[in-house]
Amino acid sequence: MGELRLMKGNEAVAEAAIRAGADGYFGYPITPQSEVMEYLMAEKPHERTGMVVLQAESELAAINMVYGGAACGKKVMTSSSSPGISLMQEGISYIAGAELPCLLVNVVRGGPGLGTIQPAQSDYFQAVKGGGHGDYRLITLAPASVQEMSDFVKLGFELAFKYRNPVMILSDGAIGQMMEKVELFDPVPRSKEILPWATTGKTPDRERNIITSLDLDPKRQEDFNLKLQKKYGEIEEKEVRYEKIQCDDAEYLFVAYGTSSRVVQKAVQLARSRGIKVGLFRPITLWPFPSKEIFAMTGQVKGILSVEMSAGQMVEDIRLAVKGKIKVDYYGRMGGIIPTPDEVVEMLEKKIIGG
Amino acid sequence: MAEITLDQIIQPENLVYTKSRIMTDTVLHYCPGCGHGTAHRLLAEVIEELDLQADTIGVAPVGCSVLMYNYMDVDMQEAAHGRAPALATAIKRLMPEKFVFTYQGDGDLAAIGTAETIHACNRGENITILFINNGIYGMTGGQMAPTTLPDMKASTCPYGRDVRMMGNPLKITDIVATLPGSYYVTRQSVHTPGNVRKAKKAIRKAVEYQKRNQGTCFVEIVSNCNSGWKMTPADANQWLEENMLPFYPLGDLKVPEE
Repeated sequence: MGELRLMKGNEAVAEAAIRAGADGYFGYPITPQSEVMEYLMAEKPHERTGMVVLQAESELAAINMVYGGAACGKKVMTSSSSPGISLMQEGISYIAGAELPCLLVNVVRGGPGLGTIQPAQSDYFQAVKGGGHGDYRLITLAPASVQEMSDFVKLGFELAFKYRNPVMILSDGAIGQMMEKVELFDPVPRSKEILPWATTGKTPDRERNIITSLDLDPKRQEDFNLKLQKKYGEIEEKEVRYEKIQCDDAEYLFVAYGTSSRVVQKAVQLARSRGIKVGLFRPITLWPFPSKEIFAMTGQVKGILSVEMSAGQMVEDIRLAVKGKIKVDYYGRMGGIIPTPDEVVEMLEKKIIGG
Repeated sequence: MAEITLDQIIQPENLVYTKSRIMTDTVLHYCPGCGHGTAHRLLAEVIEELDLQADTIGVAPVGCSVLMYNYMDVDMQEAAHGRAPALATAIKRLMPEKFVFTYQGDGDLAAIGTAETIHACNRGENITILFINNGIYGMTGGQMAPTTLPDMKASTCPYGRDVRMMGNPLKITDIVATLPGSYYVTRQSVHTPGNVRKAKKAIRKAVEYQKRNQGTCFVEIVSNCNSGWKMTPADANQWLEENMLPFYPLGDLKVPEE
């Protein structure tokens, strides 16, 4: 068993980054995720592992530092919260376009605009549908516990390097701020490997390496896009992750991720105590979305309620997945409010069972 | 008199100049008369002379020199507009033993990228910045730059830059020189053979000083844009001397204490 600690979700991200052998973290303070850089700075990772941690002058600079480090084949990351992640979108598009591996953590707060510092899930579209310009995808992992905040840092880096693609951990202010028991994984040494595509200095044994997202030739640019799409297809095929809770005998289904899925777990218990056979399907990868697995449930359950801390974003992907076979509806709260299990069961009865 | 053929002239013993091997064989896309080619060549020569090819990582900007990586036989990254110093910051911090440079135009470095420029220099990042100032946006077709002179015409100030309406030209190199993080700051030009030689010496210093880890080395090169200025190359160089240089005087702004 690994080392047990009581930690905030944001602290778990930081500790996991050091343990995952990250080479660099570049960030800018924003509530509710500032503990990530605070923890890193207090830990002196340059002494522990040689990891570079730098407070940038803006999120713009931070994401472009991530670009520069990733282009050297280094394990680099940033973290921020919704407005800061919006500011990073141009850089994320360039990173995806240059096929660079990196880890991005979004501890989501309510929006739009400056919004609130309370937790929300209203950046789902931004994370899974693009956010920046161009046809690209982020592998998006949705932790529902402090444990997963830690585990997904390691998993995120693995997926990022496997596919040379940015990975986002889409968390929220509740999971970032709350404290839970976490079992930390054993530290991995920083990699000394020189990656063949990375800009590390042109040696006589190879051609120069160029990291760019620019190609002015339309044919080559289309070919590159086709190559990207092929990679995304492979990720959709191989990397779908999800969890099913009390689904075996379910007649109805909740779909929820992150903090909402924790509320819904309580709602499942409450509903079952009232004789309603309902289960929870928790997507862990929001992209690739577990569409096939949700479609497979349509032969079993009569209806699905998507529970989200947004105006209803993931519900669109659920509707696409079930192809109109069964009723799909949404219930959610916004502005930093977390729904209660009672509300959720009431809405299941009203919108799905009685609807 | 015996006829001398071209083949007889093109012989190794007659060579007075060869292109640096750090320059690739790709034909430059720059307009005839533009200073970019000369600036590229000087940097390439310095990298070759100091035997830095295997240690060099360069960052190209957005602007006319966006395709610089096609011309330099070194590892390079292409940055988003204005962000080259942020990329270079991470590269140098993650690989402190490498030689890291950015090459940026005035729009890139002194407009959209002002924050990255100032903060990288103020942190004293051990990088070398080459700043090409031609007072105009070349690639997008001659729009006003942050460095466009008062009353100078550009496509977005067709009646001349009215500083009351459009703001003043930014002498960002002067600002950089005041920052505690900058180590060597100089302003050069490449419009005459003499200035080319001086510019090369300055670039060589800015490259060599990076090894000292004392802060940012910053070389501004006041250059022409004959296409954007709508002049012949010769007229553009004369206009540069008569108009650009009085506003952006050449010389060192900050030199290391030896």
